[in-house]
Amino acid sequence: MSLFKIFDVSGSAISAQSQRLNVVASNLANAESIAGPDGQPYKSRQVVFQTQNFGADASTAGVRVAQVIQDNTPPRRMHDPSNPLADSDGMVTMPNVNPVEEMVNMISASRSYETNVDVLNTAKTLLQKVLQLGA
Amino acid sequence: MATAPIDRMTASLDFQAAALALQAQRAKVLASNIANADTPNYQAKDFDFNQALTEATAQSAAAATRTHPAHLAASGAVGPAPTLQYRQPLQVSLDGNTVDLDTERAAFSENSVRYEATLRFLNSQIKTMLTAINGQ
Repeated sequence: MSLFKIFDVSGSAISAQSQRLNVVASNLANAESIAGPDGQPYKSRQVVFQTQNFGADASTAGVRVAQVIQDNTPPRRMHDPSNPLADSDGMVTMPNVNPVEEMVNMISASRSYETNVDVLNTAKTLLQKVLQLGA
Repeated sequence: MATAPIDRMTASLDFQAAALALQAQRAKVLASNIANADTPNYQAKDFDFNQALTEATAQSAAAATRTHPAHLAASGAVGPAPTLQYRQPLQVSLDGNTVDLDTERAAFSENSVRYEATLRFLNSQIKTMLTAINGQ
């Protein structure tokens, strides 16, 4: 019954997208975190999606988060001599989070999430109709 | 070839059953495309439903060999899995992904409606048969 496989496929996509949303939330929350536990400014994180096969069937392709990478783009530098973390030039190293990119990421993740929930619901409705076959 | 009455009764359902199985298969393929809309280098896949259904119904005619004359001809067996083809991308994307979410969603909705239609055909055929059995 291949309709049941849709629950695996869309379910994996939903959990992958929610993890992406989680990373976006972390990035936005730490957009101004000048010092983390290691004393370094926060570095933006990104998820890497990868196709996940269920069994040998190539037609069933779910998604999983292969890894969460740290974005190594150079950090933002801000002039703020009054900050205790400012260097001798009065510059403060800020996180490399780009709020605009993160908002775009958030919208994309939430749209994909919704789409996959829709697919899941449709599959459920169809299966319920199959159960009523001949009744 | 003489067919058993029970066979003749269910033979009319075989076509719809094959169509239903293929539509479920297609729903799965399209759901995979939608799930991988954000996966880098993922290539959207689909199959030719018309061709797959022709193959599936041709296959079911000669599905199993009978080792005893009293055996019923096994028809309606599920044919080979349809050959998947890559979808021609409408717009190129920088990460090598060829999923067009609008196309996939439209195809998924269309496929769902067709699935429901097949279910209704099946239902009405079953009802017809039940009416004949009950003799009312």
